[in-house]
Amino acid sequence: MRVERLPVKNEETQVAEPPIDLTLLDDLIRKYKNKRGNLIPLLQGAQDIYGYLPRKAFLKISRETGIELNEMYGVATFYAQFRLQPVGKHIIKVCHGTACHVQNAGGITDALEEALDVADGETTPDRLFTLESVACLGCCSLAPVMMIGEETYGKLDGSKAVKVIKDIRLQEKKNGG
Amino acid sequence: MKKKVTVGLGSCGIAAGADKVYRKIEALKKAENIDFELHKTSCVGMCYNEPLVEVEDDTGYYMYGGIDEKKAVEVLQEHISNDNPVKDYVVLSDLFHTKDAEYMEGQVKIALRNCGYMDPESLEEAEERKAYQGIKRLVNESVKSKDIVEEILNSGLRGRGGGGFPTGMKWRFALNNDSSEKYVICNADEGDPGAFMDRSLLEGDPHAVLEGMIIAGLAIKASHGVIYCRAEYPLAIKRLNIAIEQAREIGYLGKDIFGKKGFDFDIYVKEGAGAFVCGEETALMASIEGKRGMPRKRPPFPAASGLWKKPSNINNVETFANVPWIILNGADKYASYGTEKSKGTKVFALTGKINHGGLVEVPMGITIHDVIFKLGGGIQNDKEFKAVQLGGPSGGCIPAYLDDTKVDYDSVNATGAIMGSGGMVVMDETTCMVDMARFFLDFTQKESCGKCTFCRIGTKRMLEILTRITEGEGEEGDIQNLEELAYKIKDNSLCGLGQTAPNPVLTTIKYFRDEYEAHIKEKKCPALSCKQLLTYEVDPEKCTGCRVCAIKCPVNAIDGEKKQPHVIRQEDCIRCGDCYNRCKFDAIVVH
Ligand SMILES: Cc1cc2nc3c(=O)[nH]c(=O)nc-3n(C[C@H](O)[C@H](O)[C@H](O)COP(=O)(O)O)c2cc1C
Ligand code: SF4
Ligand code: FES
Repeated sequence: MRVERLPVKNEETQVAEPPIDLTLLDDLIRKYKNKRGNLIPLLQGAQDIYGYLPRKAFLKISRETGIELNEMYGVATFYAQFRLQPVGKHIIKVCHGTACHVQNAGGITDALEEALDVADGETTPDRLFTLESVACLGCCSLAPVMMIGEETYGKLDGSKAVKVIKDIRLQEKKNGG
Repeated sequence: MKKKVTVGLGSCGIAAGADKVYRKIEALKKAENIDFELHKTSCVGMCYNEPLVEVEDDTGYYMYGGIDEKKAVEVLQEHISNDNPVKDYVVLSDLFHTKDAEYMEGQVKIALRNCGYMDPESLEEAEERKAYQGIKRLVNESVKSKDIVEEILNSGLRGRGGGGFPTGMKWRFALNNDSSEKYVICNADEGDPGAFMDRSLLEGDPHAVLEGMIIAGLAIKASHGVIYCRAEYPLAIKRLNIAIEQAREIGYLGKDIFGKKGFDFDIYVKEGAGAFVCGEETALMASIEGKRGMPRKRPPFPAASGLWKKPSNINNVETFANVPWIILNGADKYASYGTEKSKGTKVFALTGKINHGGLVEVPMGITIHDVIFKLGGGIQNDKEFKAVQLGGPSGGCIPAYLDDTKVDYDSVNATGAIMGSGGMVVMDETTCMVDMARFFLDFTQKESCGKCTFCRIGTKRMLEILTRITEGEGEEGDIQNLEELAYKIKDNSLCGLGQTAPNPVLTTIKYFRDEYEAHIKEKKCPALSCKQLLTYEVDPEKCTGCRVCAIKCPVNAIDGEKKQPHVIRQEDCIRCGDCYNRCKFDAIVVH
């Protein structure tokens, strides 16, 4: 059920909330305040800014628009799009739609879990990667497929997927000095 | 004529690298000053041949498939500069026969009439291909609302979103409910994982959908339109917004449109937020209102009380895309395709273990066999066709021996599957049917909104049983328990999600009971797919010690010296099958 999206309070796996700039929300709130049906766009906008929905953003939006906190939380946990925890720099979306499932998408996730040492849905401790499962990316003819940022990788197998991750990691190291 | 080069830039093409190919061609055109026209289009449906580049010259057209940057350079040099088409890469042409010709020849393109034939971001090109002529005719001839409804009713068009309800009837209900505020809603949530008809349509011909909605607006006397689109379709949303902007500018959307006083209609796009159940019409409206997308009891039906409690009409993307064609070509013409009770055509997303995966539009009544073997080119790697899944999580599997089943609402329903929105996932001998059932239950279980007890908990219990079976822990009586739960869930759920969630299980039990029994009684997966029931081993006789498997194993679970037989450490093996797929000497055995 959708309630299963509620975050588990596990201190060890929970990544600390980085400091955030709440003034970034001002324009968004101004745009949607007092419009009917504004809650989802507000949350989408906030997530666009921070990459997830920080607790403090909830509080500020609620205070300034008058939308009840429980309503916001209810909506945020209902929809798969909303994240309540910070995510890694690269979000790996492994497709588990029907076509990809038939072409062994499970093997991709298994290999990535092993290579990144995180479970599906988790973020690596260095906050470089978040591993996610999604339903159909719309490129079923290239199944199995994963998407990282704007880039889509098709016709994968476990080792090809792991190689993509290794390459990104290498690139990041280079950029970081 | 000047040669014309067109690159297919749908999501699928871009994923296959069409963007890079386009940029390469563009750069070459500039750098070498080659004289030809460069155009963009969307997906023509030949996804298995992406990236696609079409070249048109005085002699005819040549569709090049599987073009990467390198091949693009070759095509430009040979075909454009030297007038020497590179026939090896041509997948379709009007000058000679190709093996891919059958894929296109079996199709009748009505909804997809423009997809892949024009630049979806150009209103001018759309109008050259008759966009907005249907609505203009209606306005110019002052056709009455009830006559438009009548025309759609006569065409026999049924909703393409899965339910198959006659569109004209729905419009009539909405027309008959008087209100100063009414809504036309386009359902572009496309939740079935493994289906992409609506995405392709929106990306390839957004104006067709807009025109369909405007016609609906005129027919039911509504002036507001909303398109509820999955957020996972950024390109579709972008192209829709471009099209809406263009239509507004030229006076096809807004106030007094098409020069008719008092004809107001405008459309905006609402992004979904990732919930399958929001494809259900009442949940979708709740979601537009900014609430949790929970279905509610009907009646009242949307036609009486829908979005913001106003009369609303909701249709699927493909349904709307058919409407302008019907208005322009007449209901009779449309009804001349298809069967007695299922008129017209249907778009399918062909995926899975099929050679020609992509998008096809076929007249209703064609057999499954023809779709898979004539258009689809048969099964990948010459494996055996086992079953086809129709209708996604609400549908079911049709076994190979029923492949003479006609694709129309009633024939498909008779098998226990449903027509659904158009996902057609082909499975071969290596697909485990118990695992497929488990896969769909896992999906519906996660997506249940939680309102109804049977849907919320029943699907979870079914999933637990199915998971146990695929892990070799199945027990006597599991099949009966699954069936009992299935019927209870069907009977006690409020919305279509719960009512249809058990279908994948029921159809696989019906047609593949022996597979369930093999898992439960013998702890074996006949398709060699359920990982927990498999063991991968090296056959020391055949192993040459080439080390390919050891190097490629994602978890380094294979030991061995070069030129010596290798061994798989069972405790570390994640049973991904990579070694099995890579070994050139058939030295990996799985059982
Ligand atoms: C759980 C569920 C999901 C649905 N998802 C979709 C969808 O993604 N797209 C769609 O057009 N219809 C979907 N429907 C059907 C809609 O409720 C509705 O019947 C349809 O949009 C009506 O349009 P049509 O008459 O043109 O088919 C879904 C129904 C249910 C119960
Ligand atoms: S059947 Fe399932 S998804 Fe539909 S309303 Fe009930 S709980 Fe929600
Ligand atoms: S099922 Fe993976 S892209 Fe469609």
